[in-house]
Amino acid sequence: MRSLYDLSLRFKIPLWGSVLILVTAGSVGLALMFHAYDDLRQDVLISADSLGRTLSKTLFPVMLHDDVWHAYEIINAPFHSATPANPMQASALVLLNEQGRVYVSTQAYVYPVLADFGKLGPGYERLAKKLPGIRDHSSRNFELEGSNQIVVATPIAEGQERLGTLLIFYSKSVFVPRFLAIASRAGGITLLVLTILLPINWYWGRHLALPLMKLSSRMGEIGTHIPEPPDPAAYVHRDEVGELFVAFGKMVEALREGERMKDEMVRSQRLAAVGRLAVGIAHEVNNPLAGMLTAVDTLKQRPDIDPRVIKTVGLLERGLMQIRDTVQALLVDSRVVDRALAPNDIEDMRTLFQSHLLEKQLDLEWHSGLTQEIPLPATYVRQVVINLLLNAIQAAPGGGQIECRVEPEAEGLNIMVANTGALLTAEQMARLFEPFATAKEMGHGLGLWVTYQIVQQLRGSITAENGSDTVRFVVQLPLEHRP
Amino acid sequence: MIPHRVFNIFWMLAFALLMAAATPAGARDSAIRVGLTPAFLNDQYGLLDDWRAYLERKLGRRVEFVERDRYRETMDLLGLGKLDFAWVCDYPYVYLKKQKQVRLLAVPYSRGRSLYRAYLIVPARDTHTRSILQLKGKVFAYADPYSNSGYLTPRYQLHEMGEDPDKFFKRTFFTWSHRNAIEAVAAGIAQGASVDSFVWDSLAKVRPQITAHTRIVSRSPEYGFPPFVANRTVSDQDFAAMREVLLDMNHNAEGVALLRRLNLDGFKEGKPGIYQAVAEMMNAMGGR
Repeated sequence: MRSLYDLSLRFKIPLWGSVLILVTAGSVGLALMFHAYDDLRQDVLISADSLGRTLSKTLFPVMLHDDVWHAYEIINAPFHSATPANPMQASALVLLNEQGRVYVSTQAYVYPVLADFGKLGPGYERLAKKLPGIRDHSSRNFELEGSNQIVVATPIAEGQERLGTLLIFYSKSVFVPRFLAIASRAGGITLLVLTILLPINWYWGRHLALPLMKLSSRMGEIGTHIPEPPDPAAYVHRDEVGELFVAFGKMVEALREGERMKDEMVRSQRLAAVGRLAVGIAHEVNNPLAGMLTAVDTLKQRPDIDPRVIKTVGLLERGLMQIRDTVQALLVDSRVVDRALAPNDIEDMRTLFQSHLLEKQLDLEWHSGLTQEIPLPATYVRQVVINLLLNAIQAAPGGGQIECRVEPEAEGLNIMVANTGALLTAEQMARLFEPFATAKEMGHGLGLWVTYQIVQQLRGSITAENGSDTVRFVVQLPLEHRP
Repeated sequence: MIPHRVFNIFWMLAFALLMAAATPAGARDSAIRVGLTPAFLNDQYGLLDDWRAYLERKLGRRVEFVERDRYRETMDLLGLGKLDFAWVCDYPYVYLKKQKQVRLLAVPYSRGRSLYRAYLIVPARDTHTRSILQLKGKVFAYADPYSNSGYLTPRYQLHEMGEDPDKFFKRTFFTWSHRNAIEAVAAGIAQGASVDSFVWDSLAKVRPQITAHTRIVSRSPEYGFPPFVANRTVSDQDFAAMREVLLDMNHNAEGVALLRRLNLDGFKEGKPGIYQAVAEMMNAMGGR
């Protein structure tokens, strides 16, 4: 039995539904059949009562005149137009005299004339004892024990004078064909109802179970990976199952958000670690580098210096200058006091990049919503915009498009730079803001890293995303948390 | 809706018919009243209608059939002059002849003979009874107290055998016709009966399923066939006319067809002597 309870809802719901329908149909059918049987029996008894009363009135004078043959003709009359299938058809009529002997009967071989009725059998004996008890003129019915016969007894009496008793025998087996007819009709109707209800039930059960099964299988995937959120068209109703779908969708969303947060965190930590390392090395290099450059400069000032040495010193100086540039690039320090960002700072950028744009024949869509100064360090914001534009110009193909939008908001400043270059791969996405992680032939790969560092120091956020045919970088810088 | 006038005519006609029916026999000029009894198979109403129509045509008179189940009633009607003719059992004939109430009109014959017997019958299930003596203490059905074969004969037989017919059977009852007596035995209500052989043989032809439930135990000696009698009030002219019509029946196709349905070959004048045996039995049983 346990396996039955473990069945899939897909089968369990229709199965239980079917069982319920069968039980209901069966019990209603049975109840109707028993009702019909009872009705039939009642009808027979009523008919027998009326027959008994009619015959007893006619039989009284006949018995009084002791006319056996006439009495026989009277009780035999109901059999003249007898049809075997009529359940109202009595099986026998027996007329008893006051001594309990058969006066005459329609089945003389079973109930012979003058036979002692009580001695015809044990059931008859008990019945015979009850007959004198019927005092009024109404009929009474009895079950003849030891047989399948119902007996309706009517006294033959006028006033206080009683001459005998009329017994009308009905065989219950006559009920059977009629009862079977009713039963088969009820069964037919039940089957008809079942043929309509069962497919509806089956369809309904599946309709209810299938979305649950989908949910269940999606939930099973959670152990290995985050499943796809359910198709909202799979279940459109707003009942508990619908709510389950919504809740599952929300749960999948939350799981994905968590996953994204986790990835973000890991990347931030990695970037922070790399940043700290880079800045640390830069500082360590920077201090002796300043000394070395001063020493080289001093050496160059010397009048007695050999021209060959000067050549070497120049070589050294250029090398040290390159190291300093790189180190400077790594050393992002926004903590310096800076002036506020003005609309002109942004407009300058447009002018600054005209030549670059012309070079690659790029189309620039420019929008700046900045109309007044806002409290953000101008140098760093300019640096961020420059870096992003440089990056976009490098990424965009010749004749491509670049879009730059700067929008001040109540909470801060939004910068968006997009280009129509190749979309970023997942791997590129993952390492985008790391130093020297460039995929480009040009540049040292520090531009985005520096941008990231600046944004981090300004407590803002930077994201890169692939559009339908553009790559967009979005920077959000808050106003309140000034460094 | 039927118009009122039609209704009125209907009621007038109904009234006229009622008046005609209520008028005594003597008052009507030419209706001949014929009493019929269960001496033959008298419940074939279609046949009786055809026979009456035949008689009317042949006699040129109106004929009324008066059917009574009990011989006594027909005998009383003869005595009262309400019947002109009657087809009765031989016992009533002998009885009425003795009182000079009737004279013999015609005797039916079958297979050339105007004789019949009494059959002692028992239910077909009773295979052991060979004699009426074995029916002692049983239930016995008599046809009619004025029936020869259905009453006088078995009682006479018992009397001859030294039994008291009044005490021999445990219970007896009258069925008021031979046919009913046959049915009573067939249904098992009576364990024996004595019936008219002509009725039994006729019934065996038209309703063999009834006679099949009975078995003939013994056959009595032959008696004169139940005769057609004429009331003493009937004129010689009417007597002759009626006898003529009856005796002529087997000489025309229509009459022959009716006779066949009556299970007869024809009627002949007959001699009162053939009823001598019945008269002797009647005298032996009390001279009634």
